Amino acid sequence: MVKNLRQQKSFTWLRLKNQLLGVVSNPFNVIVFISLVMLFCLIVIPLLTMVGNTFMIAKAELRQLPDLEIGDLTLFYWKYLFATVLGTSVFLPALANSLMIGFFVTIISMPLGAVMAWLMVRSDLPGKKLLGMLIIIPYMIPSWCKSLAWLALFRNKTAGNLGLLSGLGVPVPDWLAYGPIAIILVMTLHYYAFAYLMVSGSLRSVNSELEEMGEIQGANKIQILKSITFPLILPALLSAAIMTISKSIGSYGVAASLGQFTNYQVLSTLLKYFLNGTPQRVGYVISILLIIMASGTIIANQKLIGVRKSYATIGGKGTRNNPMRLGAARYPLVAFLLVFLFAAMVMPMFALVMESFQLRTGGGYGLENLTLYAWIGDWENRPLEFYTYDGLLHNADFKGALVNTVKLSVIASVITAFCGQFLGYISTRGRGKWYGKWTEQLVFVPYLMPGVAFGAIYFAMFSQPRLGGLIPSLYGTFTLIVLVSIVKHFPFASRSGTASMMQISTELEEAAEIAGASFWTRIAKIVIPLAKNGFISGLMLVFISIAKELDLIAVLMTPANRTLPFLAFEYSKNMPQGADAVAIIILLFILLCYTIANLLGADVGKSWG
Amino acid sequence: MSKIVLEHIDKFYGSNHVLRDINLIIEDGDFMTLLGPSGCGKTTTLRVISGLEKPQEGKMFMDDRPIIDADAAFYEVPSKRGLNLVFQSYALWPHMTTYGNVAFGLKIKRLPKNEVNDRVMSALKVMRIEEYKDRYPNELSGGQQQRVAIARAIATSPKLLLLDEPLSNLDARLRIDMRAELKRLHKETGTTIIYVTHDQVEALTMSTKIALFKEGEISQLDTPLDIYTNPIDLQAADFIGNPRINFVDGTALYNGDSLLVKSPLGEYNFPGKDIKADEECPLGVEFECVLGIRPETIELSLENPERKNTVDATVYASQPAGSETLVTITVKDAELLVIQIGLKDYDVNQKIYATLHPNRMNVYNKQTTRLIKYAHTTQP
Repeated sequence: MVKNLRQQKSFTWLRLKNQLLGVVSNPFNVIVFISLVMLFCLIVIPLLTMVGNTFMIAKAELRQLPDLEIGDLTLFYWKYLFATVLGTSVFLPALANSLMIGFFVTIISMPLGAVMAWLMVRSDLPGKKLLGMLIIIPYMIPSWCKSLAWLALFRNKTAGNLGLLSGLGVPVPDWLAYGPIAIILVMTLHYYAFAYLMVSGSLRSVNSELEEMGEIQGANKIQILKSITFPLILPALLSAAIMTISKSIGSYGVAASLGQFTNYQVLSTLLKYFLNGTPQRVGYVISILLIIMASGTIIANQKLIGVRKSYATIGGKGTRNNPMRLGAARYPLVAFLLVFLFAAMVMPMFALVMESFQLRTGGGYGLENLTLYAWIGDWENRPLEFYTYDGLLHNADFKGALVNTVKLSVIASVITAFCGQFLGYISTRGRGKWYGKWTEQLVFVPYLMPGVAFGAIYFAMFSQPRLGGLIPSLYGTFTLIVLVSIVKHFPFASRSGTASMMQISTELEEAAEIAGASFWTRIAKIVIPLAKNGFISGLMLVFISIAKELDLIAVLMTPANRTLPFLAFEYSKNMPQGADAVAIIILLFILLCYTIANLLGADVGKSWG
Repeated sequence: MSKIVLEHIDKFYGSNHVLRDINLIIEDGDFMTLLGPSGCGKTTTLRVISGLEKPQEGKMFMDDRPIIDADAAFYEVPSKRGLNLVFQSYALWPHMTTYGNVAFGLKIKRLPKNEVNDRVMSALKVMRIEEYKDRYPNELSGGQQQRVAIARAIATSPKLLLLDEPLSNLDARLRIDMRAELKRLHKETGTTIIYVTHDQVEALTMSTKIALFKEGEISQLDTPLDIYTNPIDLQAADFIGNPRINFVDGTALYNGDSLLVKSPLGEYNFPGKDIKADEECPLGVEFECVLGIRPETIELSLENPERKNTVDATVYASQPAGSETLVTITVKDAELLVIQIGLKDYDVNQKIYATLHPNRMNVYNKQTTRLIKYAHTTQP
């Protein structure tokens, strides 16, 4: 009824001129337009292209379908995967493996992370501060590094080179060294920290007065935990669980390096298998399935828990936090945590580092078996005949990959962080308006996709010329790697951009507008100086994330543009010492970056593992 | 220096009609207050005038220069309107010093350096904050930040100064100081000021005119004294005045000559010259009405003063507050709040006498809530 009060205005040229002038002369509108077009071209079109490709016949399959022409509609690829023996015999086991891994990783890492979170936030455990820092270190270590460390410990004859344990004469069976158990345990060591971060965040927002009230009412510690604390953090717990399932199902690096020796396949490795072989487009079908599984769980999570999530922050006015006394249980708990951290972090890392100095892996740490070959060796003077690589100092592959990695991280993270601030600006200033909503939703899409599936999308989009040759085939170019890294990190960068833009009240800009400052002056004089800190910390976190990324770029790698993580992955197949040395370089680099980021005030908990 | 005319301004947020046909003329040199509860459209009106919001309908002129013409989709940019705005949050740029904040607009205008300096220093001097010129906003107290915000707004010598609830973040004492400061500023600069507030005390003490807002419309436009003496409807009467006006239900009969009102306070016959004889006041039929009685128009005495319009009353509660005493009394089943100057004390349930002044009362039609009988500001 109210709407009817708005009369339709009659058309006049003056009005049209003024309206156009109003839209075009405002640079903000132009930026919004460009951003939406870019997001559409970089996210929606590639996705649709890949989906479309799965229904169109490609040249390679023409032999099997002689009466079709290239581009004809077909269900061949979907049928291949779901309805042929060739397809189902690999697909069904891989699907089962992925689901099983997702399930077990979640049910092991959730309680582990949650209990640790409670101990760190709520209890009077001694040495909380130090332990709390140590607990999240595994999250900073890329998960493929952890699988290298696992291999350094458990490798057996199946892989050719022995690991620490088999070298000591401990018989390590294949089922422990490789395959599901290894994958689940290594992923757990990664995702427990994720659960820890989410749950501890939620616990911190719960006022301890709520628990103290229970104590006054006469509840004991178990009752308080069960009926007050647990329900309050349940939404965060469920969110963490869903995210863990979604992430572990889509993860590629760990499954690939721990499954390679026994040919253990999960969906993500199967995707790569098809993309590199035939029928290639079956890989796209798997990519779509992965996206549906990952995004389905995340969207379901938002729909189901989104509303209830709100009460995790209801905590009254105070944020007083009185620790619960653990009494005599304190020391056994500290001991348990220390043992856990030793087994989960110190031991594997020790094995990894030491292995890089070994002449023969699994040959013990005697002086006669120690060498610096992996670091500074030269193939001409190799100590053992079967060595196939140069030490890093003389290794052209390594130097190339190092240059690529640095170039990629610097270029992509600067662009990403910059775009992220702009996207954040658009979504905060457009809050409640259509373009703000669209920006927010579009930017979020890459978040729903596992890295390897997102890589497949770009593979589908850019492995041939597009727009009638206007965009050349980008496959094998550095540009494509940069592009995919940028777009995949949009959600994170724009979230950090949004967070920093939220700090800048619109009134600060309006005050400048009234003073006569143009849009660009406002950006330069008001927004940028105030967003600087958020920008830098966002940049550092994106930088680290890109530097250690493996899943995303695995399907797009060609020898000329290999990065360090991919090189380490390649070396791990038969040159473990070399792989270890590369991994150590990356680890040192990442730890250095985290330290700098921390000094600049970035929150490690916000980074993506 | 500036006369502002708003004609038929309509503003929608989606399907939400927030400003309904706003018509307002602000004369040169006025201190115009837009008064109303939160969400009534007063801040939106201010933002429309400033140029931060674009209305879908209506026109606006400043000194006969068209500023807004919604039909032609013409909206002058804020910086060319010759105005400045003080935000409720002050919106001081946290990365600039006091000096930097005040100088920003002048630098944007590319004034010569020494002129920028002169103008900044004189604005700081007017607001008496010269000594804080090198401090950052977070090193200033709330009251000092407020002064910086005003200094920033007046440094560009605007023809029109807009103030959006500038005092609401200050504590009670500072607020009184700043009220005096703003009033002095208005006198000294002669700038036209539009002031938005929900605090009727601010509106009554500072303005030359008040526009009372209600659900996106201007319900009354008058001088502070007229708004206080004759609020246009029950809602306005309830909103204006602290402590609140007393309402007493009764019945009324208008014979074209005078208005006869019966209530627990007795019978009053109001003369025809005070009656707003229109459709709000039906002729010849008895209808329900509400008497509006300001707390300060009731006199209390311990002995029967033997005066007209005196009724027996009982003390319900008494709140001595130093300079004044608030006394709640009951007359039959009506409850009245009375203000007495000075320190008095009464016992609960004490019998006293209340003298009323019918010519200072308002009468409202209960059904339409509109004013039907004007009050006078003085007793005869």
